[in-house]
Amino acid sequence: MLKINKLHKSYKMGDSSLHVLKGIDLHVDKGEMVAIMGSSGSGKSTLLNIIGILDELDSGEYTLDGIEIKDLTEKKAAQYRNKFLGFVFQSFNLINFKNALENVALPLYYQGLKRKERQKKAMFHLEKVGLADWSKHLPNELSGGQKQRVAIARALAAEPKLLLADEPTGALDSATSHEIMQFLQQLNDEGKTILIVTHEEDISLMCKRIVRLKDGVIMEDKKVKQNRLI
Amino acid sequence: MIDLDLFREIFQSLNKNKLRSLLSGFTVAFAIMLFTILFGIANGFQNTFNNEFNGDANNSIFIYSGRTTKAVEGYQTGRKIQFDNQLYKTLKEEFSDDIEFITGRVYKNVTASFGNEKSNYSVRAVNPDHQFIEKSEMKYGRFINPLDLKNNTKNIVIGNLVVEDLFGDIDPIGKYIDLNKIKFKVVGVFVERTEGSDSNEARVIYMPISTAQKIYGNNDYIDQINLTYDPAFSEQEAIIFGNRLVDKIKDVFFVAENDQSAVRARNRARENQEITQFNAILAILVLIIGMGTLVAGVVGISNIMIFIVKERTKEIGIRKALGAQPRSIILLIILESIFITAIAGYIGLLLGGVVLNSFDLEDYWITDPGVSTSLVLAATVTLVIAGTLAGYIPAKRAASIKPIVALRDE
Repeated sequence: MLKINKLHKSYKMGDSSLHVLKGIDLHVDKGEMVAIMGSSGSGKSTLLNIIGILDELDSGEYTLDGIEIKDLTEKKAAQYRNKFLGFVFQSFNLINFKNALENVALPLYYQGLKRKERQKKAMFHLEKVGLADWSKHLPNELSGGQKQRVAIARALAAEPKLLLADEPTGALDSATSHEIMQFLQQLNDEGKTILIVTHEEDISLMCKRIVRLKDGVIMEDKKVKQNRLI
Repeated sequence: MIDLDLFREIFQSLNKNKLRSLLSGFTVAFAIMLFTILFGIANGFQNTFNNEFNGDANNSIFIYSGRTTKAVEGYQTGRKIQFDNQLYKTLKEEFSDDIEFITGRVYKNVTASFGNEKSNYSVRAVNPDHQFIEKSEMKYGRFINPLDLKNNTKNIVIGNLVVEDLFGDIDPIGKYIDLNKIKFKVVGVFVERTEGSDSNEARVIYMPISTAQKIYGNNDYIDQINLTYDPAFSEQEAIIFGNRLVDKIKDVFFVAENDQSAVRARNRARENQEITQFNAILAILVLIIGMGTLVAGVVGISNIMIFIVKERTKEIGIRKALGAQPRSIILLIILESIFITAIAGYIGLLLGGVVLNSFDLEDYWITDPGVSTSLVLAATVTLVIAGTLAGYIPAKRAASIKPIVALRDE
């Protein structure tokens, strides 16, 4: 599903450059649920952004579902993001003037689907996260957990091969966090490949594999016994 | 790419961000309103100016005579120059290629009466061409014709106010009125184009020049010669032609070339030149101020678009993360900009029109202020283009923001 070899990434900070990722090798198979752990500054978010084709790598190789991700035009990158990837962010990143249904339908709009079809599909995914009754509500009328579930529904709407979650529980209380994680586990059970960036130990233990990053290198990569919430 | 969905997106974004839309719309509407008012007022000025001179054909030359002020070839100063039929004939023949219409004029004040009604009028005895030089419009009947001239008929053509004075509701055509106790038959009624502004023109009585010469003096004197020159003449050519006419007449009457008083001509070409200059200066002024207003509007909308893009950076980032291509981001922002500009511009035009129409500005030398359809179209097109440009640069920049940078924007 996902192959990364000798990935390097540095950022220019004025005159000096900050070497964030120093040779990452990571392979993820279909159906895995991986937690990427690390303290702030470890490079975990940068890694996720590169995997998400939101950022470009400096050197190394990155293959997603058999396609090499390299020197993409903005247009191509947009197409791949739309087709392969679903994003869940810590701060939800819903568009605040669109209601839940419209938010979920947005990636389908960029897929070029007809309006009827978009709404049908979006409704299906909203039902799946249990928010069918809230479809007409604006984000600011929803609780944090509800917002994140809308975001997950949106990430799933385009039926991506890989779900990327950047601190998905970071802005939620522990009860709601468990609820969200439970839902992600359920998705994984259905065969979805999921990558979660987190710095919370208990969240990582709810995944099947933990990759620990420190100072831009992988310190540890181990399979764990999943803490099942279902 | 441009479909109903895109417009739905734009409409939603406008609708959900009402204050922002209103503010940017207001800037454009205000600029266009000012633009419209300004152009309208300038047009009003021009209308007033043109109306003031509209009574006569705008290619006319009126020639008057006076007394000589310079002695020449043994003639004393103070000699009275008297035009006559011979001069009329000479001018008509010699300048036949350059003259469009020509008429002599003999003036006479008369007391006219019909039934019990009685009043004083001025008679202008003229040639048939006069109708076209003075731009008299016939309301009923006909003007003086060549047959009248040939037969010295006692036919007259009267102004519509003469009809009102003497006849009231009675149809005047075919009726006889007394002019200084001589009976004349009314064959036509005319109306003056500059009705209202100069009611004297509508109280004139026209008669054949030959008749007047016979009755009032038994001579062939002419008080004044009016003509129009070839309309194809440029102003410069017309002025030269006018000078040639005057020189010819001075020649005929042995008047010194530099005698300004014995033979005088009032040439519309000179006045036209002044009007043209006035209009040109006005047009330039309006253009500068108008363009300034438009530029201010364009700068305004550019600023707002930059602000809008800044405000929407995060939204753009989200859209890009969800698979929006740069093209669709640019279209979204540009079309929104065009949409606001076009609608607000149209509202501005309407408001400007309302403002122009709601004040009575006749007292301030402004007649029928308004803007032409073509100008409205041009302004709208300019605005839409400006809206596109104003939207394009920030949109292009927005589309090239890396989604990760945009997403971090709080």
